[in-house]
Amino acid sequence: MSGQPRPRVFIVDDHGLFRSGVRSELGDDVEVVGEAEDVAPAIDRIAETLPDVVLLDVHLPGGGGQAVVTAMKQSHPQVRFLALSASDAPEDVIAVIRAGARGYVTKTISGTELVDAVRRVAAGDAVFSPRLAGFVLDAFAAAPPGQQLPSLDPELDQLTTREREVLRLIARGYTYKEIARELFISIKTVETHVSSVLRKLQLSTRHQLARWATERRLA
Amino acid sequence: MVVVEEPEPTGWTPPGHAARTEDRPWPGHRHFGRGPRRWGGWHQGEPLRRAREDRLVGGVAAGLAARIGRDVTTVRIIFVVAAVLSVGFFAAAYVVAWMLIPMQGAQRNIAGKALTDRRGLALAAGYGSLVIILRILVSVFRVGWLGSFFWPLAIAGAGLILIWRNADKDEQAMVQNLVQPVAGLTAKSRRAGFIIRLTVAVILLVSGITALQSAHENIALLRPLAGVALLISAVVVLLGPWWLRIARDLVVERQARVRAEERADIAARVHDSVLQTLALIQRRADQPQQVKALARAQERELRSWLFDGRPPGSIDQAAITLAGGIRLIQQEVEAQHGVAVEAVTVGDCPLDDDLTALLAAAREATVNAVKWSGASVVSLFAEVEPGEVSVFVRDRGQGFDPAAVPSDRKGLAESVRARMARRGGLASVRSAPGEGTEVSLTMPRAATTRSQA
Repeated sequence: MSGQPRPRVFIVDDHGLFRSGVRSELGDDVEVVGEAEDVAPAIDRIAETLPDVVLLDVHLPGGGGQAVVTAMKQSHPQVRFLALSASDAPEDVIAVIRAGARGYVTKTISGTELVDAVRRVAAGDAVFSPRLAGFVLDAFAAAPPGQQLPSLDPELDQLTTREREVLRLIARGYTYKEIARELFISIKTVETHVSSVLRKLQLSTRHQLARWATERRLA
Repeated sequence: MVVVEEPEPTGWTPPGHAARTEDRPWPGHRHFGRGPRRWGGWHQGEPLRRAREDRLVGGVAAGLAARIGRDVTTVRIIFVVAAVLSVGFFAAAYVVAWMLIPMQGAQRNIAGKALTDRRGLALAAGYGSLVIILRILVSVFRVGWLGSFFWPLAIAGAGLILIWRNADKDEQAMVQNLVQPVAGLTAKSRRAGFIIRLTVAVILLVSGITALQSAHENIALLRPLAGVALLISAVVVLLGPWWLRIARDLVVERQARVRAEERADIAARVHDSVLQTLALIQRRADQPQQVKALARAQERELRSWLFDGRPPGSIDQAAITLAGGIRLIQQEVEAQHGVAVEAVTVGDCPLDDDLTALLAAAREATVNAVKWSGASVVSLFAEVEPGEVSVFVRDRGQGFDPAAVPSDRKGLAESVRARMARRGGLASVRSAPGEGTEVSLTMPRAATTRSQA
């Protein structure tokens, strides 16, 4: 792993204690280029430092994590976001993902797993925590007959069987490597499936997703 | 109490019974046709045994039929006729034979066991004395033909009591079934007992009043009546306390059994909760914060058990849905064991008994993973699908070799597998040393929760 380039990371969180905790957990595997504790300073400093990955707390005082993502998407689309949260609320997580974050992990994640997740996001892949995988399975579950809404784009509004299998294994606590072994596919294929799910998550107009998004004023 | 007679085969005989008697592989068949040795063979060939398969009551007739090579129905008819002709004495003999002849495949007969059953002997003697006193009373009233019934009644009844107390489990059940309609006085169904008591009381009352009225014409007739009354009071004074003590002993015996069962139940629960917590506290003695949390959680659980009657380790009304139950497991395990549980649920549905059992198994598997894997986080995933509910408990701890675990290990084998199997669910464990463990639980959904979802 030491041969890989060190990703440049920016941390946005309103708790100083948590920022320093993450900083020490990431250790020497990444280069922390800056920190911010609110939306406005975060937008300025990220534009200055142009990190590979922004570790973004979902809950920020000045408008929430997705405000940062939305602002940066206009000006600097190459900056990637990994959302961190202690909350379980699906609407928070879905909102920040739909705003453009490439993954979501809980704050209980271990140091090595966090470094792994940062590397993945830096490489353009998606990172799903077990909880996010659960949300997505829930949101894309077959709607009961009668409540089925006309779908504008069936390809975007449905998960393939393989994608479901991958999400299910993530929810069961499997790593990408273990999923690859379980399903007899390569790790690259697992990453492709997860990225495809992320795309659907961001673009789909499914009823559930749309509802979560509008609740956070994010059409 | 003529129930000891072989009842008519009709109604009792299972269908196809006669055919079975023919092709049954019963060793006695081989002796058929040896002529002179038929009776001489009693003590030399295979000994006479009561039949286990073909019996209607004690299996004496079937055993004898097989031994001498005759058709069992013929023997039964002979038995019944003999019982009627001998005014019940043959029935009493039947009961004695039941006690003396061992069951096929058994070493000892019931009589041998009964000799060591002091309480049973006392009960039989008490019953016998009661019947004999009744006989004396009846003879005083000059109903002679009825009196001849009493000896067989006394012998057969006492024999049945000993058989009931000392026979095997299945035979005991058989005696109970036989005696139930007659022993309505002590039967569990109170109404039947009441009706029988009422009938007996009315008969006694009517016959008593009739006797008194007919005695009016001749005052001399009152004398034996007074004698009877005196006799009864004498018997009650003499034997009453003894009968009472026997009855009380039986009650005490039953209470002791109930208490023993209760104690076993409590021991199991205490093991599941308090002892586990104490073991954890010892292992975490250097972490006062966790010890405190453990003690608090255990106190809460114990209180809710002692004062609210909610058994420890149970998942009940507190969680109304499956997802709520999973959350509860997560909270409880995290609070008690200080290991993070990552719980994810997809879909939700109301709980029924099957799904409550699934949750109990999931809880057990989670606690097991937290305690033995050494992992810092345990994943708990539940998915509700239209036809079934699946739960996966995964840790990335030390793992184990499932083939190397002795089959009598209680935790996972008994609690999880058996719990699931009892409800028609499945449980499987996948583990390898160094690779962690995953327990998969699947429970089919009952039609009720399926329609509500």
